[in-house]
Amino acid sequence: MSVRTVTRPEVEDFLFHEADLLDNWRLEEWALLFTDDGEYLIPPTDTPDGDPRRDLFLVYDDRHRLGERVRRLGKKTAHAEFPHSRTRHLVTNVRISQDAEGVQATCNFVVYRSKNGVNDVYPGHSVYRLLPQEGGGFRIRSKRATLDVDTLRPQGKVSIIL
Amino acid sequence: MNQQDFDPIGWAVVDDKARGVFRVHRRAFVDQNIFELERNRIFNRCWIYAAHVSEVAEPGQFISRDVAGRALIVNRDRDGRLHVFFNTCTHRGALVCRESRGKARNFSCPYHGWTFADDGRLVHQPIPASYSPECNRDGELNLREVPRFDEFCGFIFVNYDAEAIALADYLADAGDYLRMASQHGAGGAGMEIVNGTQTYCARANWKLLQENSADGYHADTTHATYMDYIRAREGAVLNLYSDKGFGRVRNLGRGHSVSESIWGTPWGRPCARAMPSWGDDIKAEMEAVFEAMSARIGRERADFICHGDRNLLIFPNLVVNDVCALTVRTFYPKAPDYFEVNAWALAPRGESQRLRDLRLRNYLEFLGPGGFATPDDQEMLELCQKGYQAHAGVEWNDISRGMLSEDGEAPAKQDELQMRTFWRRWRDLLAGQPV
Ligand code: FES
Ligand SMILES: [Fe+2]
Repeated sequence: MSVRTVTRPEVEDFLFHEADLLDNWRLEEWALLFTDDGEYLIPPTDTPDGDPRRDLFLVYDDRHRLGERVRRLGKKTAHAEFPHSRTRHLVTNVRISQDAEGVQATCNFVVYRSKNGVNDVYPGHSVYRLLPQEGGGFRIRSKRATLDVDTLRPQGKVSIIL
Repeated sequence: MNQQDFDPIGWAVVDDKARGVFRVHRRAFVDQNIFELERNRIFNRCWIYAAHVSEVAEPGQFISRDVAGRALIVNRDRDGRLHVFFNTCTHRGALVCRESRGKARNFSCPYHGWTFADDGRLVHQPIPASYSPECNRDGELNLREVPRFDEFCGFIFVNYDAEAIALADYLADAGDYLRMASQHGAGGAGMEIVNGTQTYCARANWKLLQENSADGYHADTTHATYMDYIRAREGAVLNLYSDKGFGRVRNLGRGHSVSESIWGTPWGRPCARAMPSWGDDIKAEMEAVFEAMSARIGRERADFICHGDRNLLIFPNLVVNDVCALTVRTFYPKAPDYFEVNAWALAPRGESQRLRDLRLRNYLEFLGPGGFATPDDQEMLELCQKGYQAHAGVEWNDISRGMLSEDGEAPAKQDELQMRTFWRRWRDLLAGQPV
């Protein structure tokens, strides 16, 4: 497939769109952003550069499990997210590089989550491998969201999508 | 009843065997005095899991972490001997080790530069002429070892009470279950902690996690979405939660217990029970693991390990869950309503890359703060803790399930004997009985 040249604002628009889907709990649409072999990863806080096939991650979703994660979060029995928490994803410091494989984008993020009277903050940075689409826009081949926290405390869990 | 006259010894636990009624007062989850008593009479006297030998396999290797409220260094010195030190400088107290793992021949205090060898000896003090030779005559300024530490089948425990009974005695019948957790894998090459720690927490009382970790009664409700997920992937799964139940609970003595079953559960086991969706190659490889283990440890035991599930509770704060993966989980309260957790994956050394990858995927489909189940457990714990704010109005938790049959042949897995075993020990230790 011919790879067109992409610009940073184009990637930023895409990432802002993704953040908006997540904050509005339009998770089915979020899952559709991924390619059929897409993956979503969160490394452990003490091994941020780890390899999910060798190290114990927090999240190691292939496309199937990512879809199931979304299905789960739509249910009332996904207790940690019922009722849905309120979240706000801030995405900044976007940088891109492009080669024959596609586009790599990096960004910083902060996600605020509020539920049961408790407010939690998830700071981190993400690395995306994106596949530019013919008519514009992208599909996500890989999203690796690294939390920039020493331990997952006091947040305790990542029941939302970062 | 006010704070002062709350007597946990005679009051917090109702244990009426004749009537089949077991209750725990909700103040046990919120009370500051009880929290202090727990520190002194449980955590300062019981054997507490600290590390696994695989984390300090090589001479010079160390890890540092908090264990039951103390910063510790666990290391292997250049001669291969294991040590567990308090991570505090004997001069004026600073941590001498600031990295969570690595290799070191010395630990040098960042404050004034005292330096300790890997066997704890104080080997250097800047400007030594100013010190009297008496100052470290008997080695009292060497890095201090914890009062007791010992290893059992690769699990390293510490005890802050020098008079503690031997670890093997403390573990009672739980010891054989820890041994089972050390016998996984085809090669018999021992076990290792997989790199990557799940460090998390919950805004709840620590005892709620001990209760929850082997609660066979909550799976269908708390983990409904996980069961849906397995059903969607594998087709129909067994209906496990019939009135008759499946699997059993054993009281292992000294507050320890296990809930266990053979076959029966709907998930796959990396050692070694394949799911249809894993395909024929994986299935064949797992059957070979089973055969190799049968040859090594006997068929009956290999069958029990490979095809069964175990939720092992070691009093007070170690959980070894051998289910969709093998986990080591330990936790410690910072306040009556907040505890911290460290959890790891334990795996056979030399496991094939394909099985290791499958193990990690399988671990994460259920377990951990990003899994499909653990966050819902945490939510339940936190909902309970919120509920206990009303402990003056609604005083008791009911833990009576299966009490009339708890001394029978095989108390059911989804009964609550494991919790009663914990609470009886808790009550006795808080009352000052010997460990
Ligand atoms: S506190 Fe360590 S050298 Fe002074
Ligand atoms: Fe659970």
